[in-house]
Amino acid sequence: MLNFALRRMAWMAVMLVGLLAITFSISHIAPGDPAALAAGPDATREMVERIRVEHGLDRPLPVQFALYLGNILQGNWGQSINTRHAVWDDLVLFFPATFELVVFSILIAVSIGIPLGVLAAVRQNTWLDHSIRLVTVGGVALPMFWLGLMIQLALALHFGWFPLGGRMDMMTDPVAPITHLLLVDTLLHGEFSIFVECLHHIVLPAAALSIPALASIIRVNRAEMLETLKQDYVVNAMAQGLSTVRIVAIYALRNAMLPTMAMIGLRFGWMLGGTVLVETVFDWPGIGLYAVESAINSDFEPIMGSTIVLGFFFMLTNLFIDIIYALLDPRVREQI
Amino acid sequence: MTESALQRDLPTTDPTWAERNHAALRTLRLYVRTLFRNASAVLGLGLVLFFLAIAAVGPWIIPYPEDAAGAVHMDRKLQPPSAEHWFGTDEVGNDVFSRVVLGTRLTLQIALIVTGVAILIGVPLGMIAGYVGGAVQEVIMRVTDIFLGVPGLILAIAIVGALGPGIANAMLALSLVWWPGYVRLVQAKTLSLKNEIYVDAARSMGAGPMRIVFVHLLPNCTSPIVVKASMDMGMAILGAASLGFLGLGAQPPEPEWGAMISIARNYLPDWWWYSFFPGLAIFITVMGFNLLGDGLRDILDPQHRE
Repeated sequence: MLNFALRRMAWMAVMLVGLLAITFSISHIAPGDPAALAAGPDATREMVERIRVEHGLDRPLPVQFALYLGNILQGNWGQSINTRHAVWDDLVLFFPATFELVVFSILIAVSIGIPLGVLAAVRQNTWLDHSIRLVTVGGVALPMFWLGLMIQLALALHFGWFPLGGRMDMMTDPVAPITHLLLVDTLLHGEFSIFVECLHHIVLPAAALSIPALASIIRVNRAEMLETLKQDYVVNAMAQGLSTVRIVAIYALRNAMLPTMAMIGLRFGWMLGGTVLVETVFDWPGIGLYAVESAINSDFEPIMGSTIVLGFFFMLTNLFIDIIYALLDPRVREQI
Repeated sequence: MTESALQRDLPTTDPTWAERNHAALRTLRLYVRTLFRNASAVLGLGLVLFFLAIAAVGPWIIPYPEDAAGAVHMDRKLQPPSAEHWFGTDEVGNDVFSRVVLGTRLTLQIALIVTGVAILIGVPLGMIAGYVGGAVQEVIMRVTDIFLGVPGLILAIAIVGALGPGIANAMLALSLVWWPGYVRLVQAKTLSLKNEIYVDAARSMGAGPMRIVFVHLLPNCTSPIVVKASMDMGMAILGAASLGFLGLGAQPPEPEWGAMISIARNYLPDWWWYSFFPGLAIFITVMGFNLLGDGLRDILDPQHRE
């Protein structure tokens, strides 16, 4: 098992270099001169030339890539033209908001999706199963940004049950950061009313982000449960007179969880993409919003920085999921 | 055996078209029967056909053709849905219904190009990886894994950010992030097929690798590709609309659904129809392709038939 984990981590390091090769290539397919891009729209010819030499852009490509890797490893991620800060500092500032939103959303999707999938499978072909399936069919087809806008329109603007956007009210004094995750920090400080306020703010964006994922988790879990419930050992357990709850929770669910885990991993990646849309709709101050504002302004280095961070985060999640997968299923340990 | 005996065994007339294609017709009948037993697949097929029909005749059925090009009628801006304007009007008085209908054609083009390019890149790579094996497979699959390891929409945003916003660059970016799924699908399928007896037979009769891959293996990979392509049409529509919404894809006044919503969100909540109807169009179209994909899987993959 340890061997598997180590091999898997080595492979992740290779993937990370691959990711950096992709971002490096993208900066070279950009039309025009990367030095001119880095210098910004108002730079003079001399400034562009200075940047070209400074960044080693006059050297051969492999050397440039090596320089690029070195820079990234040293935390030298370039400068944002938009915010006028170092990209690394911006990313450190914006990452916790994205992390909080995405993790909160996947937890919602998993904790609602798995029970609903099990329920639909156990009550197959009843009205309950049919209505759950209707939700899953619709859920995966919903454009996340439109879903966000519509729930914002209905629940925030029309009924006023939820705030329009942001992580907390403008007037509230933020608590001293410990983890930079507001939901955690407010609890650590014992500021219960601010915690509720933050929870109130995260509900709508998390709903928009988790509904498509929720739908596919239910779908896969239902299909896998139906499959496992037909297996001989389940029939045997029934014949032994074990209770339905015990059969479902202990015998069937564990085996149905494997493909569900794979779907959760896949969907987590989509959420990291979707967070860009949801942050834009709900004005959530995370990396997604930062990436979009940079992309619209052709502010190059922040886009690449955001891509690297979100890509790294996704790879880390997949590593985590693969290790859980290997713990659950010994056959997986032979792979990679 | 005499000559007359031989002649007696020969059919007296040529076989009819139906007789010659007996096997194909029977398969087709099975497909149609499987499809029509599945209500959601029929719904999906209906929605997709409806979408295709609208895309085909769109420009001739819309009530206000001049609104496609960004005409300005300030006297009738932001009117709610009515008998004249089914989906209301936008901030310059254009008929939202006309623009949503015109958007189908644009959306279909984007989705077809993105899925098509992804197939053209992904399928040959997958077949080469699966058939050749060894170091070639290792390299192709590892590169594929790296691409699959980056969230697609983020990578697309990065590419559009480098190339500059616009519909052509958005399509290019989506195509560049879409192919890895096909490599993985086709590689796995090729790997499982390449040691089948009929492939050995073809090889022993002197068929070269190109012939084996394209004549013997590719036809047997088509069903999973068709199923994935149908699902991907829906996903590509979502991707293109998302880029349009972020201001990185189609640019207004082009009648693209996502781009329409990116303007329309500034007019919420009072002028809700302007955001509502383009989004509904995306939702219904994507759902159509998803349901059709599900249905096709049931038809083409016998293991999925219930």
